[in-house]
Amino acid sequence: MAETPVVELRGITKRFPGVVANDRVDFDVARGEVHALLGENGAGKSTLVNVLYGLYHPDEGEILLDGKPVRINSPHDAIERGIGMVHQHFMLVPVMTVAENVVLATEPTRGPFLDMREAEKRVREVARALDFRIDPHARVETISVGQQQRVEILKALYRRAEILILDEPTAVLTPQEADELFEIVRTLAREGHAVVFITHKLHEVLAIADRITVLRRGKKVDTVPREGATEEGLARMMVGRDVVLSVEKGPAQPGKALLQVENLVVRDERGLEAVGGVSFEVRAGEIVGIAGVDGNGQSELIDALTGLRRPESGRIVVAGKDVTRASPRSALDAGVGHIPEDRQRRGLVLDFTLAENIALHDYAKPPASRFGWLYPRRLVERAGGLLAEFDVRGGEAETLASSLSGGNQQKLVLAREISRDPRVLVAAQPTRGLDVGAIEFVHNRLVKERDEGRAILLVSFELDEILSLSDRILVLYEGAVVGEYAPDVSEQELGIAMTGGGREQAA
Amino acid sequence: MAQRRSIATSTLTHWFSTRLGGIAIPVAATLLAFLIGGAIVAIDGTNPVTAYKAIFEGTGLNWFFPWVTGEVRADAARDLQQTLLIATPLMLTAIAVAFAFRCGLFNIGGQGQLWVGLVAAILVATHLEGIPRPLHILLALVASIVAGVIWGGIAGLLKASVGAHEVISTIMLNWIAIFGGKYLFELGGPLQGDQAFLPRSFEVFDSAKLWPIWGTIQALHSGLFIALFGLIVYHVLLNRTTLGYEVRAVGFNPEAAHYGGISVPRNYFLALGIAGGFAGLAGGVDVLGWRFDVDTSDFDADTVGFTGIAVALLGRNKAVGILLAGLLFGALQVGTSSRQLDPRLFDPALATDLATMIQALVIFFVGAELLIVYLWQAGRLVLPRRRAKSEAKP
Repeated sequence: MAETPVVELRGITKRFPGVVANDRVDFDVARGEVHALLGENGAGKSTLVNVLYGLYHPDEGEILLDGKPVRINSPHDAIERGIGMVHQHFMLVPVMTVAENVVLATEPTRGPFLDMREAEKRVREVARALDFRIDPHARVETISVGQQQRVEILKALYRRAEILILDEPTAVLTPQEADELFEIVRTLAREGHAVVFITHKLHEVLAIADRITVLRRGKKVDTVPREGATEEGLARMMVGRDVVLSVEKGPAQPGKALLQVENLVVRDERGLEAVGGVSFEVRAGEIVGIAGVDGNGQSELIDALTGLRRPESGRIVVAGKDVTRASPRSALDAGVGHIPEDRQRRGLVLDFTLAENIALHDYAKPPASRFGWLYPRRLVERAGGLLAEFDVRGGEAETLASSLSGGNQQKLVLAREISRDPRVLVAAQPTRGLDVGAIEFVHNRLVKERDEGRAILLVSFELDEILSLSDRILVLYEGAVVGEYAPDVSEQELGIAMTGGGREQAA
Repeated sequence: MAQRRSIATSTLTHWFSTRLGGIAIPVAATLLAFLIGGAIVAIDGTNPVTAYKAIFEGTGLNWFFPWVTGEVRADAARDLQQTLLIATPLMLTAIAVAFAFRCGLFNIGGQGQLWVGLVAAILVATHLEGIPRPLHILLALVASIVAGVIWGGIAGLLKASVGAHEVISTIMLNWIAIFGGKYLFELGGPLQGDQAFLPRSFEVFDSAKLWPIWGTIQALHSGLFIALFGLIVYHVLLNRTTLGYEVRAVGFNPEAAHYGGISVPRNYFLALGIAGGFAGLAGGVDVLGWRFDVDTSDFDADTVGFTGIAVALLGRNKAVGILLAGLLFGALQVGTSSRQLDPRLFDPALATDLATMIQALVIFFVGAELLIVYLWQAGRLVLPRRRAKSEAKP
């Protein structure tokens, strides 16, 4: 980069109790450049941009804007200086229109009154400059997630952001939406904006970034240009060792059907039909992947299979036993294991110890308890072995689950579910939010369990994951299975089916 | 990033609640409350040291000092008996709050549960004349527990079946118990005693009175041991049984509990029922220990059930914490009562108000824990900045 970087972070150190989140990190970005910040969860990416965005104050180091040292005291301060941030979780008011959201807190006024006409005009101008198709009058709750993200970007640009920070922007998008976002990011760079793109997905980095900075455990590993960078090389930098990116698995040897679902209808909280007459089966020794965009009936399907929600009609049979109207406990007893979508809200009692969490399904049975009398020491003993087997790090049997990292929490859930020797394992988003190393562990373990003869139903919004793990792929769209595919199907074809464009097709 | 920040916040909060919050916050809250109480006494024109010394001597805690002898010591013994007498039901009603709280429920109904327990105990204790004393006591206490379980269980059932909020239903049940109790013992009421012009119950039979263990006039009774035993039961029930495991799981995270196969509504019902049992027992112990009868005016005046909320809060829902907090609140109440306090040193009317104020302040500061965590965090954000500024100066 020949020109002066518009932002330069020099030797940033930020400590939290017990951890150094950033350790003398240097980072810079120039106008017209997309600079990716790559690293595992907890590597310090977010801390670094929070320092830039004024949410944290660095313990050491300095921030230079256009070559001049500055002090950024708050996000407000950052916005004043032309730094905008699009958070992973959008900060929009759902009941307000696009234009109202964009101008929020900086509303144009005429006298004491809001000048909404002026606001809409200005929103349109900014949108036109970027070739955004968006209706300023639309209420935010009625537009798609991808469009909501654009509203966030518009909001930043409306406030004259020259430096745009995107925090894991593709986490919530479909592949098509992600492609459109990349297009937007390229346009922004062309227009002279500086873009900081945070991600832990390697292919995204190679698709969008001009330069790539890799962080590991709070330290900067290196900054490399995109030319010459490879997924393998970047993964090694992120994790600090060689990582097998593709899942190694032999061909499936399916046995008899362990999970049979017939004409299943499930309603959601509002009483609407979320799953509308779905039928499929999962056989012993195979992984069936359910692909689909979030909100197409996945959660309701999973809840019905695991006894957490009563189906309206249809049949669910697990290893020959009808569990259609089973309670969660009887579903568990029938041989269903469930790695839930949200491990913190559902999968774990964060204020329980690891040992107590491992006992969550069978605390009421010997040896954990007898006649209602609990044996805490036995819980601890049992946990000890499992923690070692599943490589749960960062805590002992008597540590609280809340003190584990996300990856280790997930390993804890995995340890509990697999140790119960389930016939059917329902894995919902099993690697969401995990870093490369933990993903590798979870994937390999799922394949191992498949080879042990379990029937595995994998529900994921990550196409990569579906494609690399599944032996068969079902696409769920608006509560119906709209197609079945072999794992060699192209990402495009799946993407189209996921958005309702698929023809009924058997691979 | 928002995620990263919330993790940082939760580790801090966690650090506080385990490391500092465990003991430091209740202790700090108590000290702060006494400090502010002292300042108000000073504004009123009394030397706070004199006032607190008088209150302390009123609690009888000076009995533990070996140099206190003779007449003073005898007085101290009598005062200490009263302190322990008052602390006894406080601990039990505090358990009623704490047990429900560990299941994620706020049981405001300790007072009502105590009253139905007390009425049930009176019923048994004023009947069944002539049966052996241990049996009579046992039956009366069991009756008080059952009544409390039913009273708490009603709120639990409403919560479990139709989701009625337990705060509302327990408050309503308090009023039903209070006015129901007044009706029973009112002049002409179905349970009014033998004194025609007093709205008061019969006195319980001697065979139903708890054994006195220390003192003569309004002696400390063996109900203290029942309360201590209740604390042990509470601790064991919560930590060593599958029921306690379920209650805690539901209290921490109902969704994860449901996922784990635990019935959340069932535990709401059980937790409030069991909580009610402890409060009901408080009523039984009180009436068999030293009240021996009940007057309709008691239903207006008594607040043991409500103070139990404060005791549980200050004691952090831990058995040992409840023991200490119960003693503190009992001592505070006795030390400032007009019977104990020397009016030449500090006006008892003012002292009673001071006691109530200190109780409120303690609760306020315990509840303000999050505020303290917040200030502490803000300090961490601000301090490096200040340091940087001073470094910047040449």
